[in-house]
Amino acid sequence: MKIHEYQAKEILRRYGVATPKGEITDDPDRAAEICRDFGGRCVVKAQIHAGGRGKGGGVKLADSPDDARAKADAILGMQLVTHQTGPEGQKVQKVLIEEALDIARELYLSITLDRAAGKPMILASTEGGMDIEKVAAETPDAIVRRHIDPHLGILPFETRTVVRGLRLGGGIAKQAGKLVTALTKAFLDMDASLVEINPLLVTGEGDVVALDAKMNFDDNALFRHKDVQEMRDLAEEDPREVAASKHGLNYIKLDGDIGCMVNGAGLAMATMDIIKLYGGAPANFLDVGGSASQEAVKNAFQILVEDPSVRAVLINIFGGIARTDRIARGVVGAIEELGDIGMPVVVRLEGTNVEEGRRVLQEADFDFQVAQHMADAAEKVVAAARGNAKGGS
Amino acid sequence: MAIWVNEDTRLLVQGITGKEGTFHALGCRDYGTQVVAGVTPGKGGQEVEGIPVFDSVTEARAETGANASMIFVPPPFAADAVMEAADAGIELVVCITEGIPVADMLKVKEFLQDHPTRLIGPNCPGVISPGKAKIGIMPGHIHKPGRVGVISRSGTLTYEAVWQLTNLGLGQTTCVGIGGDPVNGTSFIDVLAAFKDDPETEAVILIGEIGGTAEEQAAAWVEENFDRPVVGFIAGRTAPPGRRMGHAGAIVSGGKGTAKDKMEALQAHGVHVVESPAVMGETVREALGG
Repeated sequence: MKIHEYQAKEILRRYGVATPKGEITDDPDRAAEICRDFGGRCVVKAQIHAGGRGKGGGVKLADSPDDARAKADAILGMQLVTHQTGPEGQKVQKVLIEEALDIARELYLSITLDRAAGKPMILASTEGGMDIEKVAAETPDAIVRRHIDPHLGILPFETRTVVRGLRLGGGIAKQAGKLVTALTKAFLDMDASLVEINPLLVTGEGDVVALDAKMNFDDNALFRHKDVQEMRDLAEEDPREVAASKHGLNYIKLDGDIGCMVNGAGLAMATMDIIKLYGGAPANFLDVGGSASQEAVKNAFQILVEDPSVRAVLINIFGGIARTDRIARGVVGAIEELGDIGMPVVVRLEGTNVEEGRRVLQEADFDFQVAQHMADAAEKVVAAARGNAKGGS
Repeated sequence: MAIWVNEDTRLLVQGITGKEGTFHALGCRDYGTQVVAGVTPGKGGQEVEGIPVFDSVTEARAETGANASMIFVPPPFAADAVMEAADAGIELVVCITEGIPVADMLKVKEFLQDHPTRLIGPNCPGVISPGKAKIGIMPGHIHKPGRVGVISRSGTLTYEAVWQLTNLGLGQTTCVGIGGDPVNGTSFIDVLAAFKDDPETEAVILIGEIGGTAEEQAAAWVEENFDRPVVGFIAGRTAPPGRRMGHAGAIVSGGKGTAKDKMEALQAHGVHVVESPAVMGETVREALGG
């Protein structure tokens, strides 16, 4: 799960990480007042769940309260496009107004899970404010990596190694060390999957401050973090994805025109891939769950047919423990309940009782295109989508 | 032969009194697995369809000689269940549970370093040696005793591969679902190494997906150590970066873990990479010389 910058900073402040003074608002007049409180200079920062906000025009320096009002007014409601949002961008609902600080140095600090090592890893770089992947590719020597023992946390000598890697000394090094320790504690305590401070600022006064902050969380651990759950911002998510998650379906919107309904995540990905291989484009990833119950199939159908870009649907089910004839009846039942869905449906069933399952589909009132195997299904649905003028964008 | 699971497997089921636990314990028994015990703390002394239930794994093992465990314990308690089984000296632990926090798995990994226990999963369909025994939730009857080993991070996509092998008459020696989580107990390489010692496994299908670098590591290992044909498929070529595709571990992050990189790595190390999941079985047949 992702949260906003202002929420991440809220959490990190609890752990003693210094951040600029700031306040969240959706009102340009309030933005002006906050700016006045900060001495008439401030930064207006769009709050969306995507990086690259500055480049996209979502972060602006204001040098007076009036300027803050104007800039907040311009940013609020805009469709902010960054390299992480997709071309349609993300609507800005809130801005964070922060005091403007003097920048002496910009550094980089993050903690993620190193899957191969099975340990969290701290990444620090002297090149802050830049894309870390780019730094890693171009100047790998500017990056310090250090694994953390999840039980011991970060040890003092490890902290010193990281801080030395940032080429900090004296009082600044001490502050930075405290921040590294605090950040590690926050990462471990909160079941984060990512904490990223980019840039980590050394101010003109010699303070070490998290100028930006990003936190992602392990979805599997949210049950023990009610406070994090409450930070979920549904406005940042695709409405169809939200609706699907309420039904316990795993759905991700993509930009093609073939709606997919599959049981199992791996098979769902493989189905998207084979559609692409046959010249089509999947409109979504959708895992209806291993058992593919009639209720799940119906809800999934609803989501697919309500997507205006879908021109044809492919149902790919491997019946294992759940018999395919029963799944076929579920599919037929769901279609009968929904009425005319106005698009071709290709069904590929495989596994237990498959002959009976195919017979159920063929005898249904709805004109299913029954595919014999996965390649056949892909070919049929790509042709069906091309042949369907209705819908599509 | 087969690996890890066979006629001598004596299975206990942790979480046997739950709906899923009961259903799949009986499914394993129906397939022919010796299911000797169940464990649910607080329910010791009960029975599930003739299977005795114990309060602890230690007790269950002492009473029944169980040497393998299948876990259906809910996510908040599943890590503890794995460690309890390891502490009790269970050799093979198959954790089916989906949704275990990564931090819990990190603890498990560390705990297991001091124990000889092999953990498979979590978030996996389990292990089956067709015709011998199964530990897991896979449909037994789509399998057929045969010549090919299957390793996969997925569930239903594995069934797809298995079904293709069965229909081609090739069958399987053992199929191992290593699970879809970012931190798991058994890696591709662990399974490949076990297949290497199994003379009946003439070829292997390796099914990977986006996220992490386990497939790349396996590819390099295969080239150095494994002289039988390996057919590889990677799911998720069309997955958008930064999105988690169902499985907790299936995410392309920071440009790492793409299907393209994995396919190229597999290819470079001599694995027969298939672009279409529909031809996994067919490609094995060709690699084995028709």
